[in-house]
Amino acid sequence: MSDSIQIASVTGVDVHLRIAGPGARSYAFVIDWHIRLLLALAWILVGVLIYGGDVIAGGLGGCGGSSIVLTVMLPATAIYLLYHPILEVVMSGSTPGKRMAGVQIVTVEGHTPGIGALVIRNLIRIIDSLPVFYALGLLVTMFTAQSVRIGDLAAGTVLVYDRPEKDPVQGLTEASVGRLGLQQNELVRELVDRWDELESESRRTLASKLLTQHGVTVEGVKSDEVLFARLNLLLK
Amino acid sequence: MPVWQALGSRLKELESDRAASPDIVRETLRLYPELARDIAIARRIVSGGQLVQMLEGTYARVHQLVYQPPRNLRESLRKLFRVDVPAIVHDMRWRLLSVGLFFVLSTLAGWALVMTNPDVVALFASPEIIEGVQAGDLWTDGLLHAVPSSALSAGIFTNNISVALTSIAVGVLFGLGTIYIIALNGLMLGGLFAFTAQYDLAGRLFSFVVAHGVVELSAIVLCGAAGFALGESLARPGALTRRQAFRIAAGKATRIGLVCALFLVGAGVIEGYVSPNPAFPLPVRIFVGVAYGLLFVWTLAGLPELSRLKVQRSQSVAT
Repeated sequence: MSDSIQIASVTGVDVHLRIAGPGARSYAFVIDWHIRLLLALAWILVGVLIYGGDVIAGGLGGCGGSSIVLTVMLPATAIYLLYHPILEVVMSGSTPGKRMAGVQIVTVEGHTPGIGALVIRNLIRIIDSLPVFYALGLLVTMFTAQSVRIGDLAAGTVLVYDRPEKDPVQGLTEASVGRLGLQQNELVRELVDRWDELESESRRTLASKLLTQHGVTVEGVKSDEVLFARLNLLLK
Repeated sequence: MPVWQALGSRLKELESDRAASPDIVRETLRLYPELARDIAIARRIVSGGQLVQMLEGTYARVHQLVYQPPRNLRESLRKLFRVDVPAIVHDMRWRLLSVGLFFVLSTLAGWALVMTNPDVVALFASPEIIEGVQAGDLWTDGLLHAVPSSALSAGIFTNNISVALTSIAVGVLFGLGTIYIIALNGLMLGGLFAFTAQYDLAGRLFSFVVAHGVVELSAIVLCGAAGFALGESLARPGALTRRQAFRIAAGKATRIGLVCALFLVGAGVIEGYVSPNPAFPLPVRIFVGVAYGLLFVWTLAGLPELSRLKVQRSQSVAT
């Protein structure tokens, strides 16, 4: 199973885009599903505030007044069903859920997909969603080389991880590069950046190893804050 | 300023402003190979680190801007109607004929089934519809009293588009899903006509169906043919790999689906405003159905370019 797609360039320096697996894909989908469901429900709620309880009776009955069908039920259905195709086109292969999950759709050549490819991808969603909860699509992502669902196979698209846009050189000092070297510097910075996400024991172990490696004593230090401060000192 | 930072700010301008100045474009093209050099150096120093990832991200974005094929929505739409759709329809003419024939046979089978065994109609119609027809009322008679035209049209075209697109998508199941949808629609149509004929209401049903049905049924058959092509690409990919054949077939099927969806919106409007309205006599309904059908066929055959028509017209006026 290949885990990246290669962008070949005339400069001879090729770049790889890391393919997102079923986990990242499902995570993005679940976020999007909640957003579109909440948006549709919010629209219906506005309808209830305007028309009262007739909206529920009309919506369920299917013919509870044309204005309710036209202004409440139809737009709510459109929000739910057209969320993916419209946002993917407008956001050039992304959606709020994909942004949050750090993934985006690209063509197999690594380009932003065109409208045609995105429409194909969403049309085949009907099949991917079979029999329930996208079971078929999810199953296919587990067994295809690039973790793609049937819609992606048809459209020639792949879901890849976003690249970090943050400039890792920002805030880098000449003194710290001279002291630690660029590679070690990156390690320390990454640990500092991810400090709050890591469990106390893991970050203490990592910090102690790095600090000891660079001649900073950690014996007797029990406070996480002190370790964090010493790591920051290394970067000065 | 380092190359990647200079490119970062240029990229934001280029990605947000499609009419960027030539100077910015030239500057970006100049910096592009320099960034490649920086990546090569960075990879040597810190392989796979954050710095390399960030540089590669910027590089991928620049690469995309430089090599992305040009996009022109107006030109794409013109090509869709003038070139793509006629070529696709021509390509699948035999498949279209087969699916059309299958639909006709299913309709005849539905007719024969209900004629020989009237109880079978319960498979195609609800008890209310059956009771109504038995009492001499067509279910379409009171449509405008129950639901206004606007709501009716919206509901109808949404449903029809969903049926048409589903008949394409389920073609993925080696064409079997499409066969099921086409057969079901044919059986329903034939069965309902046979049932209404038994109570002398078939003429009224025809009068209801004719204005919108020509395009509606043709679009479903056309989408069925596209869905079948999708299934065939998986079953018989020919010289291509299954993935390649499927991708090509899906591209063609989607183009057909888009054109059909467009025409189904019009058919839905006709079904909401003309078909249930008793004020329209049968000749008007037939005219609407045939005219809209001809427009559909004309589109599938390739709409003539308006500018070309204008030139021809001006030339004929000049001579």
